[in-house]
Amino acid sequence: MSAKRHATQPFHVVGTRPPRYDGADKVTGRALYGPDISLPGLLHGKVLRSPHAHARILSIDTSRAEALPGVYGVVTAQDLPETEDQTARDHVLASDKALYVGHSIAAVAASTLHIAEQAAQIIEVEYEVLPAVVDVMEAIKDSAPLLHETMKTRSLAGESQTPSNIASHLQHVKGDPAKGFAEAADDGVIVEREFRTAMAHQGYIEPHAATAEWSTDGHLTVYTTTQGTFSIRGHLAELLNLRLSQVRVVPTEVGGAFGGKNDGYIDVATALLARKTGQPVKIVMTRAEVFLATGPAPGAFIRVKMGATHDGRITAAQAELYYEAGAYPGAFVGAAANVIFGPYDIPHGQIDGYDVVVNKPKTATYRAPCAPPVCFAAEQVIDELAEKIGLDPLEFRIRNCAKEGTRQVNGSAHTDIGCYEVLKAARGHPHYSAPLEGPHRGRGVAQTYWGNWGAQSSCTVSVNADGTVSLITGSVDLSGTRTSLAMQAAEVLGLTLEQVKPSVGDTDSVGYADTSAGSRTTVATGIAVARAAQDVIAQMSARAALLWDVPADTVAFHQGAFTAGQDADKRFSFAELAARLSETGGPVTGVGNVDVREWGASFGTHIVDVEVDPETGQVTILRYTAVQDVGKAIHPGHVEGQMVGGVVQGIGLALYEGYVYDQEGQLLNPTLLDYKLPTALDAPPVETVIVEVPYPKHPFGARGVGETPIVPPPAAIANAIYRAVGVRMDQIPMTPARILKKMGVI
Amino acid sequence: MTSKTVVSATINGERVEFLCEPHQSLLECLRDILGLTGTKEGCNDGNCGACSVLLDGRLVNSCLVLGVEVEGRTVTTVEGLADWRGLHPIQQAFIEEDALQCGFCTPGILIATKALLDREPDPSEERIRTWLAGNLCRCTGYEVIVRAVRSAAARLAQPGEEVAR
Amino acid sequence: MKPFEYQAPTSITEAIALLADKGKKARPLAGGTDLLVQLRHGLFAPDLLIDIKKISEFSRITFDPAAGLTVGAAVTCAQLCEHPDARRLYPGLIDAASIIGGSAIQGRATLGGNLCNAAPSADSVPAMIVLNATCAIAGPEGSRTVPADAFCTAPGKTVLGRDELLVSIHFPPPTPNSGACYRRFTPRLEMDIAVAGAGVWVALSDDYGITDARIALSAVAPTPLFVEPAGAVLIGQAPTEAAFAEAAELARQAASPIEDVRGTEAQRRHLVGVLVKRALRGAVSRAKGGESHD
Repeated sequence: MSAKRHATQPFHVVGTRPPRYDGADKVTGRALYGPDISLPGLLHGKVLRSPHAHARILSIDTSRAEALPGVYGVVTAQDLPETEDQTARDHVLASDKALYVGHSIAAVAASTLHIAEQAAQIIEVEYEVLPAVVDVMEAIKDSAPLLHETMKTRSLAGESQTPSNIASHLQHVKGDPAKGFAEAADDGVIVEREFRTAMAHQGYIEPHAATAEWSTDGHLTVYTTTQGTFSIRGHLAELLNLRLSQVRVVPTEVGGAFGGKNDGYIDVATALLARKTGQPVKIVMTRAEVFLATGPAPGAFIRVKMGATHDGRITAAQAELYYEAGAYPGAFVGAAANVIFGPYDIPHGQIDGYDVVVNKPKTATYRAPCAPPVCFAAEQVIDELAEKIGLDPLEFRIRNCAKEGTRQVNGSAHTDIGCYEVLKAARGHPHYSAPLEGPHRGRGVAQTYWGNWGAQSSCTVSVNADGTVSLITGSVDLSGTRTSLAMQAAEVLGLTLEQVKPSVGDTDSVGYADTSAGSRTTVATGIAVARAAQDVIAQMSARAALLWDVPADTVAFHQGAFTAGQDADKRFSFAELAARLSETGGPVTGVGNVDVREWGASFGTHIVDVEVDPETGQVTILRYTAVQDVGKAIHPGHVEGQMVGGVVQGIGLALYEGYVYDQEGQLLNPTLLDYKLPTALDAPPVETVIVEVPYPKHPFGARGVGETPIVPPPAAIANAIYRAVGVRMDQIPMTPARILKKMGVI
Repeated sequence: MTSKTVVSATINGERVEFLCEPHQSLLECLRDILGLTGTKEGCNDGNCGACSVLLDGRLVNSCLVLGVEVEGRTVTTVEGLADWRGLHPIQQAFIEEDALQCGFCTPGILIATKALLDREPDPSEERIRTWLAGNLCRCTGYEVIVRAVRSAAARLAQPGEEVAR
Repeated sequence: MKPFEYQAPTSITEAIALLADKGKKARPLAGGTDLLVQLRHGLFAPDLLIDIKKISEFSRITFDPAAGLTVGAAVTCAQLCEHPDARRLYPGLIDAASIIGGSAIQGRATLGGNLCNAAPSADSVPAMIVLNATCAIAGPEGSRTVPADAFCTAPGKTVLGRDELLVSIHFPPPTPNSGACYRRFTPRLEMDIAVAGAGVWVALSDDYGITDARIALSAVAPTPLFVEPAGAVLIGQAPTEAAFAEAAELARQAASPIEDVRGTEAQRRHLVGVLVKRALRGAVSRAKGGESHD
């Protein structure tokens, strides 16, 4: 199904702004989130966590806890069956080592949460405290304490000789960087800078919560707040050594995720306790536990060098990216390597990326994982090049912008992109040419893209006798996708939105879906939805053919009606034919199963005006404009919501948010007081500009949109601060103290 | 375990009695004892506003109020906003302006909005943002919420809405 | 958190008797916005919380043009900020009371609690100090009064004996041609603890010379800090930027800020100077009849 064909027809649902299905339940408090689940006989669980950043666990004595009245059971790593993935086992319940403050050591189930907390405190653990390493550049040194004594660095060249905290080294080379830099040195400009970014948290307001119960014949049900019910099912089956069919994961509503609820942090412990006690068990994380022991975004050390000719052509680009993986390997360094120079046509380049373990929680994805730091770095270097060459910042970017077929440093070629279109829209926007007067005020821009993701989804569409349909997918709805998927189904089926009833199924009731992440749901599950809808049309066409006694291939479906040739008698509306299904062969259920291998990247350009208070270093955002290519906005209101929400998270990263650790690996700000999410007063109004360069391989031209907007703000704001007060910020968050320091005021 | 106290209070317009221990917060009592799970816990230390309720009409964080402290008093939660007439105009405004995504902060924000509009029927954008600064939202970036509060204010100002909401 | 009992006495005598009972460790409970958080962190483990909010003297605000403003220990920031006389005549106090936490915190947090919690960063205390507030205390031996600048003795510690209660805080009637202002710095515009704060009060002569001045700081010393020399240097001077700079420098020197997750030492010391000047401009403007909180 090609977007070009559809682009010529006006859509009747796609592109409109209907109210969301879940709105009524959410404004009345009826919607049930993870912590809201309750079952008869429920016990309350509490996890005991390591107070040390790095320690050998010598012994765990749970006897006093087990003897406390009201305690029904205690579990440790001993209760986990032998399975292959030791790392996954250790992550949920530590066995020989605690690798970060907050690492799960044991879990207790009791009749009240209060008793469970008391019991956890009297579990006796003997630790041998080891030196901790919390800085990525310290961790790569030969002298650094090793987290995993046998882990060696993996790279294309094989494995390193000796163990290291560097889990992996990736490298991309394009052309001949030395040659490219030589050209710039001869007749151009070179800029080289270093940057540091802090570990940050997704900041979802709802903490992780899981409730587990077992049937007496060994079937496990877990109600959990998650982005990926099937991922959690796989995680539970693997670690508990169960068949996939023995595990049912039921998704609750999710109170924010942003990539931080792809993994299970307490689901296994909850399930173990429920099995041991024979009763349902619920664990809800506290806010401190969320900060300490879930999956934050890694901090990084980044070095960027770029060269360009005097007439504004980039000749070479080079980057070294050191990301903190946390306690176990797995930072998305590859994604960072894709994004860093992605918007530009770079003839010669090299990117080296390092995934480095440190004594901090294992990092996970956070909305465009690993991208904001590299954008912060590269977009400032680009800005500085433009300034030294004497070109307007957007003009410089446009001259070097990626186009159809541009090969990135990582080797892949851009196809079907809207890079130039967003730059052009930004340059033509009134914000860009509006006068900005007054001292200590400056305007900055930044460009980025996010590649997005396709992956697997399954969808079932069932036709009801009155012509309405039910639509089930396994894609958890984080922010409105049940509505945008229903809109796509309604569009294909020629129905109104009211005639489509969407739901998110549990793992027993619908086919497999990859996690709702990577901005994939509206796009990839949308393709599954379209396919299921097409399947319905095909099946119903066959029923019409039966009723009209014509060959099936003469039946057409157009604008909500089935017809055969020009015969006016041969016409059924969808509802009319739906009423005849039971007499023509029984129920009609359409299925769409997809593994989407191609998906559209989404480019974004942001413009921001700031004012810096030169006495306090406080930054006020005067005006913010976010331009983004979304392909086709299925629901423009939802798209705008993704853009504004992403921008404000990006502003948080830019100015307010960052984990602060001491040398012993203790987290100093595990509260919402000192880990500072932007409030309604800190967030500026944000103007959004939707550009639509349809992505041809999606039925309606849609691209993933949710992740791109978090990426540019730190860079755009840094570029604006430079123009406001003349200093280049090389660290995020760009706190008032850091700005004053750079300005030489303190 | 300390001995439990019987607390009598008016919750969402109904006389209610419940048993709780002194250390249990009002938030805990609402959610775990009374089954009113609309009010949420986000931090348990007064920094996120997800637990916002009205106590005798005053906006408070229920995580920082003890259950025993509401003896003889009136509590309003999100479950008490709609009535026999249907959704509260504030709720309607939030649906119409699509002022939510995940919805977790929404109950607290609706309650905080009611507290504001009960006192100041026509607040400016700056005033709204200041008032709501204690209600963290991570999804929307606040833009649509401010719009919904302005829309709710306009709805409440209409004739026919005089009957106290 | 260790479980505790709860009592809500209706008289001061009853409350003091509960506090004095040596068999039980008791703590008074006002708004709870600090105490409940501290209990959950295990900072204190009392056997009993004594809710003082049902004692009528503690919940009263009274104003008399001759006597001044008396704020009961359990009066909430929200109540104080809504009081017409307080708003009109003590805007410097309202500056501070209105920025403690956010709107929901304001609905419970009390001025008395802010004082008795004795955090170095307590926003209301510099305002109390510069306005010459006095604190009325009741105990088994009787009542006594302590000036606000002597009330906090160390982080989290006050002059209150184990069985004493703060009853109310009294502010003298405003002198003519005087004004007060409190300014603080926080990274976010609301909800944060002060990185540094400055409370200032000035009295002007008819030709706008400074006849009296008091300056106090928050978050840059173990307690809210009255800096006598910084105010004294202004007396007799015209309220010029040069005079403000002198006062700011003395205030900077008096500060002993620490380095923590909320601010660096250098930043805090620098901010003292900035905030003292800004608070001085605000106080002088009010002394000349400028904006209050009407």
